[in-house]
Amino acid sequence: MALDLPLIFAALMGVSVLLYVVLDGYDLGVGMLMPAADEREQELMVASIGPFWDANETWLVLGVGLLLVAFPRAHGLILGALYLPVVAMLVGLMLRGAAFELRVKAEGWHRELWNWLFWAGSFLASFAQGLMLGRYITGFESGFGYYVFALLVGASLCGGYVLLGAAWLVLRAEGTLQKKALTWARWGLLWVALGVVLVSLATPLVSQTVLGKWFDFPKTLALMLLPLATLAAWISVWRSTGRRDNDESGPEWTPFAGAVAIFVLAFAGLAYSLFPYLVMDRLTVWEAAAHPSALIFVLGGALVVMPFLLAYTVFAYRVFRGKVRAGLYE
Amino acid sequence: METTDLLLLARAQFGLNIAFHILFPTLTIALAWFLFYFRVRYARSGEAGWLATYKLWTKVFAITFAMGVVTGITMSFQFGTNWPGFMLKVGNIAGPLLAYEVLTAFFLEATFLGVMLFGMNRVPAWMHIGATLIVALGTSVSAFWILALNSWMQTPAGHAVADGQIIAGDWLQVIFNPSFPYRLTHMLLASGLTASFVVAGLSAWRLLRAPTDTSALRTLRTGVLVAAVLAPAQVLVGDLHGLNTLEHQPAKIAAMEAIWETGKGVPLLLFAVPNPERRRNDFAIEIPRGASLILKHDPDGELKGLDAFAPDTPPVAPLFFAFRAMVGLGTLMLALAWAGTWATRKGERNERRLPPRWMLWTFAGFTFSGWAATLCGWMVTEIGRQPWLVTGVLRTADAVGPASEASLGASLTAYVVTYAGMLIAYMVVLTHLSGKGAGTVKPLDGPFAKART
Repeated sequence: MALDLPLIFAALMGVSVLLYVVLDGYDLGVGMLMPAADEREQELMVASIGPFWDANETWLVLGVGLLLVAFPRAHGLILGALYLPVVAMLVGLMLRGAAFELRVKAEGWHRELWNWLFWAGSFLASFAQGLMLGRYITGFESGFGYYVFALLVGASLCGGYVLLGAAWLVLRAEGTLQKKALTWARWGLLWVALGVVLVSLATPLVSQTVLGKWFDFPKTLALMLLPLATLAAWISVWRSTGRRDNDESGPEWTPFAGAVAIFVLAFAGLAYSLFPYLVMDRLTVWEAAAHPSALIFVLGGALVVMPFLLAYTVFAYRVFRGKVRAGLYE
Repeated sequence: METTDLLLLARAQFGLNIAFHILFPTLTIALAWFLFYFRVRYARSGEAGWLATYKLWTKVFAITFAMGVVTGITMSFQFGTNWPGFMLKVGNIAGPLLAYEVLTAFFLEATFLGVMLFGMNRVPAWMHIGATLIVALGTSVSAFWILALNSWMQTPAGHAVADGQIIAGDWLQVIFNPSFPYRLTHMLLASGLTASFVVAGLSAWRLLRAPTDTSALRTLRTGVLVAAVLAPAQVLVGDLHGLNTLEHQPAKIAAMEAIWETGKGVPLLLFAVPNPERRRNDFAIEIPRGASLILKHDPDGELKGLDAFAPDTPPVAPLFFAFRAMVGLGTLMLALAWAGTWATRKGERNERRLPPRWMLWTFAGFTFSGWAATLCGWMVTEIGRQPWLVTGVLRTADAVGPASEASLGASLTAYVVTYAGMLIAYMVVLTHLSGKGAGTVKPLDGPFAKART
C-alpha cells in the first residue's frame, strides 16, 4: 500500500502546531503576567523563558511551513481569510521579541517602556491567535455573532496561555513568585473553562458535519471520554494549585502537566471535529495536498532530522532544568 | 482600484518586509563566526579580556538574532497572504526548500543559541564552544537553503511538469541551479563584510570615547583585517556573478547598465539619468567601450540591449542607480579596510597602533555600510527579475493575492511604524552597548569554573 502522504503531513502539521501552542503558550503567558509581578520577580520570569523562546517560536514557522509545503491551496485560503489577525499577531510577536532583548540593556523609564511593550506584544499575539482560532473553526463565516465568538475565543486563549505561563512559573520559581503563580494559574483556568465550553458548543452548531460526528450513537459514548478526561485534568489543576496554596506538598509539575493535558485534549477534540477538512466543510487534506514528489522529499528529510531535533531540544531543557535564579541572564 | 496599483502595493509591502528582515540575517550569518573566533581565543588564552569581548558581542548577536527571528516569522506568513499564486504554481519546489531550511537550520540555531547565551556556567567549556560553533553553522546552512530557493527563482532549472503541476525533476539541479554558487558566495561575502564593518565600526566608536581600551582596539583590528581580505574577494566574485547574470538573465544586465539598444563596443556609464520615455540616457558620463570590456572582456563585444527583450524588461532607473550605489559603497569599503589595516599595524615596541581620530570617525560612520550595500544589491537582483516572479515560469502579477486595498494599506502602515521603531531602538542599543565597551568580566565562577579547556 502506498503511503498516505497528505494524512502523514496533516499529522506532522498538527503535532507542530500543538507543540507551538504549548511551548510558545507558556512564554507568551509569562509575558502577559509581567504587570502582575514586581521588579525582582519580573527578572526571574524573563530569565525562566530566556533560553527557550526563540526555539519555541520556531515551531510556529514549522507549522506554517508545513501548511505551505504540504497544503499550498489551504495555505493561501486560510491565511488570506485571516489577513488582519495574522498581521496583528506578527506585529505582536515582533514587539515582544525585540522588547525581550532590548529591555535587558535598558535602564530607568526605557526599561519600563520595554516591559510594557513586552506585555503588550505578548497579549496582542495571543489574542490574535485566539481570534484566528475563532474565525477558523467557524469556517470564516461573517456576521456579528461570529465576530463576538471570535473575540471570546481570543480572550479564552489568552487565559489558556496565562494558565500555561503560571504553571510554568510554579515549576521554575520558588517562594512568593511561586505562590503568586498559583493564584494566576487559577484565573487562567477559569478562562480556559469558558473557552473550551464555547468552542465545544459552537462547532457542532456551526457545522452539521461536526454535529453528526459527535452525536452518532453508540460512538458518542466512547467519544465522551474526551470531554470527561478534559474535565478530570481541569479539576486536577484546580486542586493542585489550591493544595499548594495551603502549603501542602505535592509535585510541582502537576499544574503544568495538567495544563498541557487540557491543551492536548482540546486539540484532539478539535482535530476530530475538523478531520478530514483543513477548511471546514470546504477543503480536505487530500484536495489541498501538494504533489507527492515534493511531499516525499520533505518527509525523507524530516525523518532524518526530527530525531536530532527532538534530542537537542530535550538536551537544552535539561541544561536549564531546576529553579531559575536572578542574574542567570548575565 | 487598478490591479497594477494593487500589485504595486503588495510588492511594496513585501519588499519592505523582506528588506527589513534581510538586515538581521546578513549580520548574524558572519557575526556568528566572529563569536566563534572570540570564544576560541578565550578558551586558548584564558584571558578575561577575550571573555569580555565575547560577552559583549554575544549581546549584540542576541538582539540581532531575535530581530531576525521575529521578522522572519512575518516572511513565512506573507508568502501565503500576499502571494498565494506563488505557492500554487511552484509550491512543490519552493515549499520543500523552505521546509529544509526550518528543519536543518532554524531549530538548530535557536536551540543552541539558548545554550550559547545562558549556558556558559552550566555546561563544560567544550560543549559551550560546540554550541557557539553550531549556531554559526546553523546560520550558514540557513543561508544555503534560502539562496537555493532565491537562485532557483532567478534561474530555474531541474523542474518538470507532471499531472499539470510544476514539480522537481531533479532536486540536485533545482538546488545547484546555474546562479546558485555565485549568488551564495556573493551573499556570504556580503555578510562577512557587513559583520566586519559592524565590528570595526562599533569598536571605533568605543575607541573615540575610550582611546585606551585595548579590547576595542583588538576587535577593531579583527574587523578591519577580515574586511581587507573579503573586500577584494567580493570584487572578484561580484564580477563572476555579473557574467553569470549576463549569460542567464541578460535583460537584467541591460537594465543595470541602461543599455537601450543592442550594439557593439558599448560604453560604460559612470553616471546618467535613464529616460524610459525617450529610451535614452540624459547627462551621461561614460567610458567608451567600457561595458563591453567588463562584460565580454572584449572592447568590441556585442551586448544585447533592452530592445531585444521587450516587453518583458525590468525598470531601468532603480537597477541602474542601486547597482552604482552598491559598487560605489563597495569600493569605499575596500579602500577604508586597506587604509585601516595599515593604520592598525604594530608599532616599534610591538604594540598595536591606534588609528587617527578622523579614521575612527570614518569607521564609526561606516558601521552599517554593509547593510546599505547589501540592500542595493538585493534591489538589483530582485527588481531585475521583474516582471517575473520565477523567470520564464510565473509572472509576479499572476501570483498576487486578493487582499483588499484597505487591508494592504492598513497592514503596510502597521509594519512601517513597527519597523521604524524597532530599527531606531536597535541602533540606539547597539551604540549604547558598544559605547560602554566590553569592560572586564569575571571569568567563570560556576560549577565548571575549573573545566576550562
